[in-house]
Amino acid sequence: MTSNNSALHPGSYLDQQGKYKGILGWLTSTDHKRIGILYLMCILVFFLVGVTLGGVMKLELLRPGEQYIDAQTYNGFFTVHGIIMIFMVVIPGLAAVFGNFFLPIMIGAKDVAFPRLNLFSWYIYIVGAAIAVLSQFGGKGAPDTGWTFYAPYSIDSNTNVTTAVLAAFVLGFSSILTGLNFIVTIHRMRAKGMTWFKMPLFPWSLYATAWIQVLATPIVGITLLMVIAERTFRIGFFDPSLGGDPILYQHLFWIYSHPAVYIMILPAMGVITEIIPTFCQRKVFGYQAIVLSSLAIAGVGYLVWGHHMFTSGMSDFSRMAFSFLTFIVAIPSAIKVFNWIATMYKGSIKINTTFLYSISFIFQFMIGGLTGLTLGALATNVHVHDTYYVVAHFHYIVFGGMGFAFFAAIHYWFPKMFGRMYNEKLGKIGWAIVFSGFTLLYFPMFILGLQGMPRRYFDYLPEYSGGHFISSIGAFVLITGIIIMVYNLFRSAKKGELAPANPWDGRTLEWTIPSPPPLENFDNEVVVTEHPYDYK
Amino acid sequence: MFQGASNFAKGVDSAFFFIFAISIFFLVGLTIVMIWFMVHYNRKRHPKAEQIKDNMKLEVTWTVIPLIIVMLMFYYGYAVFKPMRQVPDDAMVVKVTGRMWNWSFEYANGKISNELVLPVGKAVKLNLFSPDVIHSLYIPAFRIKEDMVPGKDNYMWFIPNIEGTYEILCAEYCGLRHSFMEAKTRIVTEEEFQKWFAEETPIVPEDKGLAILQNNACTSCHSLDGSKLVGPTFKGLFGSERLVMENGVEKTVTADSTYIKRAILEPDKEIVKGFAPGMMRAYDKVITEDDIKAIVAYFESQSKLPN
Ligand code: HEM
Ligand SMILES: [Cu+2]
Ligand SMILES: [Cu+2]
Repeated sequence: MTSNNSALHPGSYLDQQGKYKGILGWLTSTDHKRIGILYLMCILVFFLVGVTLGGVMKLELLRPGEQYIDAQTYNGFFTVHGIIMIFMVVIPGLAAVFGNFFLPIMIGAKDVAFPRLNLFSWYIYIVGAAIAVLSQFGGKGAPDTGWTFYAPYSIDSNTNVTTAVLAAFVLGFSSILTGLNFIVTIHRMRAKGMTWFKMPLFPWSLYATAWIQVLATPIVGITLLMVIAERTFRIGFFDPSLGGDPILYQHLFWIYSHPAVYIMILPAMGVITEIIPTFCQRKVFGYQAIVLSSLAIAGVGYLVWGHHMFTSGMSDFSRMAFSFLTFIVAIPSAIKVFNWIATMYKGSIKINTTFLYSISFIFQFMIGGLTGLTLGALATNVHVHDTYYVVAHFHYIVFGGMGFAFFAAIHYWFPKMFGRMYNEKLGKIGWAIVFSGFTLLYFPMFILGLQGMPRRYFDYLPEYSGGHFISSIGAFVLITGIIIMVYNLFRSAKKGELAPANPWDGRTLEWTIPSPPPLENFDNEVVVTEHPYDYK
Repeated sequence: MFQGASNFAKGVDSAFFFIFAISIFFLVGLTIVMIWFMVHYNRKRHPKAEQIKDNMKLEVTWTVIPLIIVMLMFYYGYAVFKPMRQVPDDAMVVKVTGRMWNWSFEYANGKISNELVLPVGKAVKLNLFSPDVIHSLYIPAFRIKEDMVPGKDNYMWFIPNIEGTYEILCAEYCGLRHSFMEAKTRIVTEEEFQKWFAEETPIVPEDKGLAILQNNACTSCHSLDGSKLVGPTFKGLFGSERLVMENGVEKTVTADSTYIKRAILEPDKEIVKGFAPGMMRAYDKVITEDDIKAIVAYFESQSKLPN
């Protein structure tokens, strides 16, 4: 089945198919792989826009006082930066790109259960994204509420908040439909012989994620509609001057948005769980423990939203209960870390760019998780809540975690997706710069937060200038690294060496088919007899 | 800046220390193990992986031990936090109002100040109010923070225990000048406090119009001295010629009483050239007809002053 000139492999999904040529062929294809690539391109563009906005913010914060942009622009910037990164990059992120591309292949299917619905989800995503872009222009100016849209400020602000909220609402539907599609796919389309506990762990993590997408997203949907109704018809849900309750908004918002953190991190954990065994040539340690911990995270993750509201005036009992549950949800994440590291024990470890991104994922995820403990404990939360400590914490989880897992995934599956190898040397240089830039950018923010620097501050007191200065330098280093990484990938997709079917000696099904995969993935029906990580 | 200056600071700092110590232990330990594996089991050195069976005992161990540790952390955090919500009966009460974008502190004798002056070593309870959006009163040196939610009563308490001046910051995003919403708390001796408390007359401006401007925080965006803040200054406003934009068309109007009224009730209708629309909220139903008259009277009186 393997062929060395696989880029020329006739019938690859990259070749023309269907009745349309070129770009139209892509926009009308229901092939899960092509849809995955469509998401990849969009997410890459939005990510780079988000990074640029972050870079400009850090440029402004290089020194205290007003430098390049005024306060209103800054407030608009962190709002779109948050909206783009959360709703358009990390929530669809791994599931929409690598889930679409690899879930069917890894379970031995020809496509997802509902291919046309899948393409439709992408169009909804594009409409949502277009509305978000629209909210930046015209009207009374770009929204300035932060991505959290806290009432009553979001009700009072006369910037284009309604448009931005509508965008988040529409994007939610895309997420729900993708989740639904994956649940049905996993239930109905697994290859013969692939029992639940013979399913690889990336599909498992997508399964846990999909349930959160389907069950939690409608809550934020309705909440956002309430904001729109309140702004448009002055119905008092959240604004006390209309008879509403601002704390109600926060509950409704976080009931979705905390589980949303797991929508982004679970697939990231899934990716890492695929990569570590491959590069260690070892059966993953604690397969069942990893599955159960994914499900536990998805379950308990629903019950901890109140930890975002410890200082909101919530009842003292709720504060205690939410703090308790938050500590419980830390455990399944810790179990995963232990299992990953145990998988490396007595392995035969190949250190390349993919593996380096994976290892930095584990390192940064540990920092993000451990600093989460101080945010979960009541006494310490009160001091660091809504400060740069939180900004550092969530960038470590979302960027250092999910983002780095994404970088690991794109390198890991690059040969499969594009039929060519990436340049290892440039890849490693890119990694080194990205990793140091990241640390320089975000680590000082922990210190700033402990010193009492609040978040969403356009300007700051002189005592915080040291930390901000170092952190801004880090931002420029990081951005340089990202440019190198993206350049390397684009260049390799065109000029890289041709990739064999199984460059890393992986054991899961995607490595049994040519690179890039043919249109319907498998020539014959797949029958699975072995465990997914049976290395000899 | 790390120096704590309230009765809670020590407890909070030791909770940090406890959690950090354990976290650093795990972080450093696991990282070293990871790197050691990478070196020791590197493919060059260890070309053939050994397959290891799952180990139930190990899984249980690394579930139960962390569970015990985090329960201790939870308890520690809770135990230190609990007293933060239990105000002693003899606490002195100060009413704090946080509004877009300044703070005011009202004492039992009706004295209003924009600085929180407190006697050292005495318990104080702050009742927190907001008339507009959510703010959050944060005093880093005291390790305390609590939100002021419009329409809800909230409070915090503490005992300042070191004399000095400390920053008060707003920790909940509240719009344009959120990062400028600062005040100071000055912790002084009992005698000094009593003197300040009794002597200084409450700063209630004699002029009713000015008081209304200050109480509605108009003056946090419009200066009285001619400097340009978020909005145009009030200095020399009354009777002046204003170059404004209405629906994108430039025109000149005289700042008389009807103009001023419109500018308060429908601020976005006419925008003074050089300023952006959407910055100021409409004050209809907030500032009454009578109050607007008082404001106009104040502006008028100012225009009559010799320069
Ligand atoms: C070069 C990359 C990045 C830089 C320089 C950067 C920088 C920043 C800065 C300066 C803030 C505002 C902090 C404040 O004023 O409170 C911020 C907020 C935020 N960032 Fe990033 N960031 C980057 C990447 C990311 C990524 C990859 C994500 C998500 C995956 C992300 C998610 C967020 C979110 C959700 C916020 C909060 C916005 C809000 O407060 O409403 N950022 N970032
Ligand atoms: Cu959360
Ligand atoms: Cu504020």
